[in-house]
Amino acid sequence: MVKNILKKLYIFLMFLFLYAPIIVLIVYSFNDSRSRGGWKGFTLRWYAELFTNSDILTALYYTVLIAVLSSVISTIVGTFAAIGIHGMKNGYAKKTVLNLNYLPVLNPDIVTAVSLMTLFKFLRIEFGFVTLLLSHITFCIPYVILSILPKLRQMNKHLPEAAMDLGATPFYALRKVVIPEIMPGIVSGALIAFTLSIDDFVISFFNKGVGVTNLSITIYSMARRGINPVINALSTLMFVSLLVLLIIINKKDEKDANSKKRGENI
Amino acid sequence: MKMKIFSYPYMLWLVIFIVVPLLLVFLYAVTTTENGGLQFTVENLRRFLDPNYLDVLWVSIKLALQTTIITLILGYPIGMIIAREKPSKRNIMVLLFVIPMWMNFLLRTYAWLTLLGKNGIVNYIVTLLGFEPLDLLYNDGAVLLGMIYNFLPFMVLPIYSVIEKIDNSLIEAAEDLGANKFEVFTKVTLPLSIPGIMTGITMVFMPAVSTFVISRLLGGGQYMLIGNLIEQQFLWVGDWHFGSAISIIMMIFILIAMAITSKFDDQKEGSSGLW
Repeated sequence: MVKNILKKLYIFLMFLFLYAPIIVLIVYSFNDSRSRGGWKGFTLRWYAELFTNSDILTALYYTVLIAVLSSVISTIVGTFAAIGIHGMKNGYAKKTVLNLNYLPVLNPDIVTAVSLMTLFKFLRIEFGFVTLLLSHITFCIPYVILSILPKLRQMNKHLPEAAMDLGATPFYALRKVVIPEIMPGIVSGALIAFTLSIDDFVISFFNKGVGVTNLSITIYSMARRGINPVINALSTLMFVSLLVLLIIINKKDEKDANSKKRGENI
Repeated sequence: MKMKIFSYPYMLWLVIFIVVPLLLVFLYAVTTTENGGLQFTVENLRRFLDPNYLDVLWVSIKLALQTTIITLILGYPIGMIIAREKPSKRNIMVLLFVIPMWMNFLLRTYAWLTLLGKNGIVNYIVTLLGFEPLDLLYNDGAVLLGMIYNFLPFMVLPIYSVIEKIDNSLIEAAEDLGANKFEVFTKVTLPLSIPGIMTGITMVFMPAVSTFVISRLLGGGQYMLIGNLIEQQFLWVGDWHFGSAISIIMMIFILIAMAITSKFDDQKEGSSGLW
């Protein structure tokens, strides 16, 4: 009995610890005060200001644009790369490629960041949109490959061969057989790439340029003077929409599972 | 058809964006710019032996180790509790651990300023209880708390997924053979969850030792960890040679840490196999 209460208390404290800052953020997005001080009354001012604050809207625009572009490009490059790596003979070359692919995953973000910064400076590429996009693609591809490779290993390797025996061209076999077979891996790879890109700070911070920043960088530079509550409002909106999306997906899954079950019963 | 040709473009990408940049950092670390040309030197690496810099390295490693140990102690039980719940409740609890990560981590860390500040909620409770308000911000404790907060899920999730996969019949067998709850834990559950613990340790230690954001936000402007030192050299001082040298030294420490954990992992798996 006592043990059960202790267990419940421990779980409660853990989740309180995890959610306390989020609750604070959401509450303060409705607070009628610019500072981090006490509660000064309810307001929707920050939500209204969000749509006129050009700094934050620009940062949001670049954050989303970079996330969409880098996840699409890294998913395409990563899918082909994974198929190619899977097709390599087990040996020294394959091992080297796999290990090099692991490097950005294992290296601390800051090392990846400064090494890319050094490269761009060495190649005399001007820091800005291009460097930001290239660095995001670079750290996203390895995760895409790592999420697709297991699906390729699970796939029956005679499937594409059978398709080609039946007259499919290699590209047709790839499009109609291999890609559908590894689709779950591609989708989860794209999702990982999107989340990593939208949330990234360290790598963007070192490879950003004048006039091109993302939300994380804006937050970091604001932190010294005090964060504009508009950011709280924006994050609350993004957080709530993700939550709603998740609930919808969950409900749909449940429905699908139920109708499938019913189908089996018939 | 040879599928492997699809990997050739990516191999080129790997060389340009992963191999060459790292080689450049190595090159910068062992050279200095003199008379417009590069000159080989060990001066950058030797400069790090200055007691001030060694102190920064020591504080970074100490804080990262403390973070790892505390997240392990706090996280292991919750990982175990989640793994033992009914599947429906289990999924919800795992999700509850993942959801906070959807909110920008800088913002979540920043929110701790509101919680821990002079007029913050924690101090409000402390004064309600009749104590003097505490100085909670801009010290080691605040940075440590920020790290524990940010990296706790990275410890809990791998431990959970390993324990969840443990065959329940092993635990039942141990109980049938007369083991009490404590023995079941120390002789069955704990040894079988070592791989998860090792993954958790690497996933917490590595970002903790290299962070510069948490220390800047919660430790104040003067707070220095090795990550801050690298940031300072690259972005503010502009001494890329010394910055590269520090990056290389940090990478070496992380490699050592990873070698130790993976060795520990192998040994355990080899020697404590159940049969």
